[in-house]
Amino acid sequence: MALVDIRNVSKSYGSTQVLKGVSLDIDEGEIVTIIGKSGSGKSTLLRCINALERIDGGEITVEGRPVRTDMPNLRDFRQRVGIVFQAFNLFPHMTVERNITLAPVLNKRIAKAEGRALALEVLERVGLADKIDAYPAQLSGGQQQRVAIARCLAMKPQLMLFDEVTSALDPELVGEVLKVMEDMARQGMTMVLVTHEMGFARNVASKIVFMHQGRVWEEGPPAELFANPRTPELQSFIASVR
Amino acid sequence: MRSFSLGDFLSLLSALQWTAVLVLIALGLGAPLALLLALMRTSASRALRWTATAFLQLVQGVPLLGLLMFFYFGMPVFLGIEMPPLVAVGIAMTVYTASFLGEIWRGGIEAVKHEQWEAAACLGLSTWHQFRYVIAPQAFRMALPPTVGFLVQLIKGTSLASIVGFVELARAGQLVSAATFQPLLVYSIVAAIYFAACLPLTLWARSLEVRLNGAR
Repeated sequence: MALVDIRNVSKSYGSTQVLKGVSLDIDEGEIVTIIGKSGSGKSTLLRCINALERIDGGEITVEGRPVRTDMPNLRDFRQRVGIVFQAFNLFPHMTVERNITLAPVLNKRIAKAEGRALALEVLERVGLADKIDAYPAQLSGGQQQRVAIARCLAMKPQLMLFDEVTSALDPELVGEVLKVMEDMARQGMTMVLVTHEMGFARNVASKIVFMHQGRVWEEGPPAELFANPRTPELQSFIASVR
Repeated sequence: MRSFSLGDFLSLLSALQWTAVLVLIALGLGAPLALLLALMRTSASRALRWTATAFLQLVQGVPLLGLLMFFYFGMPVFLGIEMPPLVAVGIAMTVYTASFLGEIWRGGIEAVKHEQWEAAACLGLSTWHQFRYVIAPQAFRMALPPTVGFLVQLIKGTSLASIVGFVELARAGQLVSAATFQPLLVYSIVAAIYFAACLPLTLWARSLEVRLNGAR
């Protein structure tokens, strides 16, 4: 059974239908990259997986359990499905350590020393152990995004969602964030990304999903999809980002 | 008739204690109520939002003087409850404080970006923890300068309690003035005492504003 099973999902904002019957399977250990023009519904789909948006039709299940914004164990669910945002969304009034340990301390009641050790462990994975006592404003955008990833990792999620996490970064800072994500991919983390980084999609993803007008237009392994796009929409998209 | 003496000055100063008592009552009871109103105004429940809004509209549309009159003169008439001045004035000041501080704090809460709630929710925090640890500290920071500013208003506002005969600084000034027939001198001194009580707060509010704006 797939880890995430998306069946015929639809979603509207007012009279605008942004998802029109989307179906998608995500297996454990897969790196799924969702690409497409802006307005194609890719970010919305990602947010639906984490129950940040209510779906109007269809069903999403994670580990066989249906995902709903009003599900009773929503808080537990959110700790198993981490999400990293375009704008980092670190808590500006807390140190890096506190940003990372806040949820484990409040939710799992871990001790202070244990929290620090956990923070160091996840910060080492993103190469920022020396910034443990810094405040977000003292870090570059790339470093802030890596802290946001570390904060997610501290929850030990089974699935991580990345919503255009490099789009707000200066070009020279994109690489350090992508490298962290490549490391995570190598370590077997199941990841779903919305991204404009075609190089990453091509080299790291196990599956590419091309969305167009609220639908999954094409999907497949990157080599195949990029080499032989079947639809004119994907052909023109690939040409436009090249 | 006697002339203004050191004794009169001391009686003004001792009346300042009652001004302080009123401020403490208004803050001690009004601030928790203000927090409740701010939370209601920003809550997802329409019923809570409307209840809080109705209360705020009602209270903010009435002058503080009107509130004092209502609780002191009105309550015995409408509800048959006789109240000592301190209680009536205390309730009026509390209600007044709750409504204005509540709006200031609502502004602070709404000024924190929506994404901060979302990020906290995505870490699996409860709604209360989201507010307590992520939103409130940032909102408090932004709301601190206007909160201190309101405190200055509140200190001066307590002078209206003199209208129902409660002896705080302004009322003491009236009494001393009546006894000495030196209103200009007496009220100047009263004004100077208010000024001396408010000035440090005003300066503090200004320095906070500069510091917090600079830090952002």
